[in-house]
Amino acid sequence: MSSTSSINLKDQFLNGIIKENTIFKLALSLCPSIAVTNNLKNGIFMGLAVLFVQTMVNITISLMRKIIQPKVRLPIFMLVISGWVTITQMLMAAFVPDVYAKVGLYIALIVAFASILARAEMFASKNSIIPSMVDGLGMGVGFLFALTVISFFRELVGKGTLTVPTGLSTQHVFTFINTKPVLIMVLPAGGFLAVGILMALFNWIDIRYMKRGAVSH
Amino acid sequence: MESEFIKYFELIISASLINNFVFTRFLGLCIFFGVSKKMETAVGMSITFTAVMMISAALSWVVFNKVMDPLGITFLEIIVFIGIIAGIVQASDTIMRKVSPGLYYKLGIYLALISTNCIILAVPLVSVGEKYSFLQSLAFGLGSGLGFGLALIIMASIREKLELADVPAAFKGLPMAFVITGLIALAFTGFSGLITL
Repeated sequence: MSSTSSINLKDQFLNGIIKENTIFKLALSLCPSIAVTNNLKNGIFMGLAVLFVQTMVNITISLMRKIIQPKVRLPIFMLVISGWVTITQMLMAAFVPDVYAKVGLYIALIVAFASILARAEMFASKNSIIPSMVDGLGMGVGFLFALTVISFFRELVGKGTLTVPTGLSTQHVFTFINTKPVLIMVLPAGGFLAVGILMALFNWIDIRYMKRGAVSH
Repeated sequence: MESEFIKYFELIISASLINNFVFTRFLGLCIFFGVSKKMETAVGMSITFTAVMMISAALSWVVFNKVMDPLGITFLEIIVFIGIIAGIVQASDTIMRKVSPGLYYKLGIYLALISTNCIILAVPLVSVGEKYSFLQSLAFGLGSGLGFGLALIIMASIREKLELADVPAAFKGLPMAFVITGLIALAFTGFSGLITL
């Protein structure tokens, strides 16, 4: 393995986590970032599901890139994505039924994620299997990271607890704050507030320490 | 008959206000934040959206209950529904361009956006999950479309005013939009006791 290629792969991996973080930087696929993040465990499993789908879709598209006709590529991408989402849905329903009961609808809706289709179109359909896999892992880990941060923040402030999964069906609930917590953070409205505040925090760090402009939309 | 009518009315109210897709189910957020900058686009989007939503709700009900259920392939629902939606969007794009170019000029760009919207996929998935009848899923589609339109229009009118406000640098743009949505969502929780289903 030459040193240049390993540096490239590392950059590609980090790209999805920091520079093109799906939620905090690109502001795509926002729905689950608010819907499932009132509990750390749900947030982590949702993130893992996206990580799995993103990586597998990238690998599949990359393997098929030479036989896909450019004219019908979008329907084929959608077909591959919905295939992997269906598999993920079935796996989760079988192995983590309690999580699935809460986040099931949002797992099905991974199909409509702009970020997954975008990576298939922009990266996996043009690159060989290893870079595509690394790219998918990077984007997925970036997503997992964002969901973990948001749900950590929301559960801690809103309930004063942290639900940490210790296995597929086991979990441990840590209690940190025994006084009355800020209930609004676990309510639907709190999700929007939490994401807004966290985005502003990332912007603030950018402006303050990186000497770059805020992300403007 | 009258109680039937009230049932559908309740379904529409519950889908549009109590379980508003944007504020309590958090779906369609990408489009919600994307097109709520201007009032004009918000109105155009809501009209197109409601229409496509009702057609897709009706069509997917027929396909699910008359084709997929007898064949025992209901586990393929995601793949089939996304295909139906892509087909409807493509078809209405072509039909609108031929039949009414003026309308196409106004609403055409929203059509393309709709296929990447998760609400449009969520409506058939939810109505299949709840085992709605044909008319019920139609009412559910209409209610969801109206609710999304209402959310878009409220948001657009606030954001137009926000242009003139002095927002801290870190909060400019999306973070502020999120905080505002949070506040609207808080107001919408007030609807939760409106009717009991």
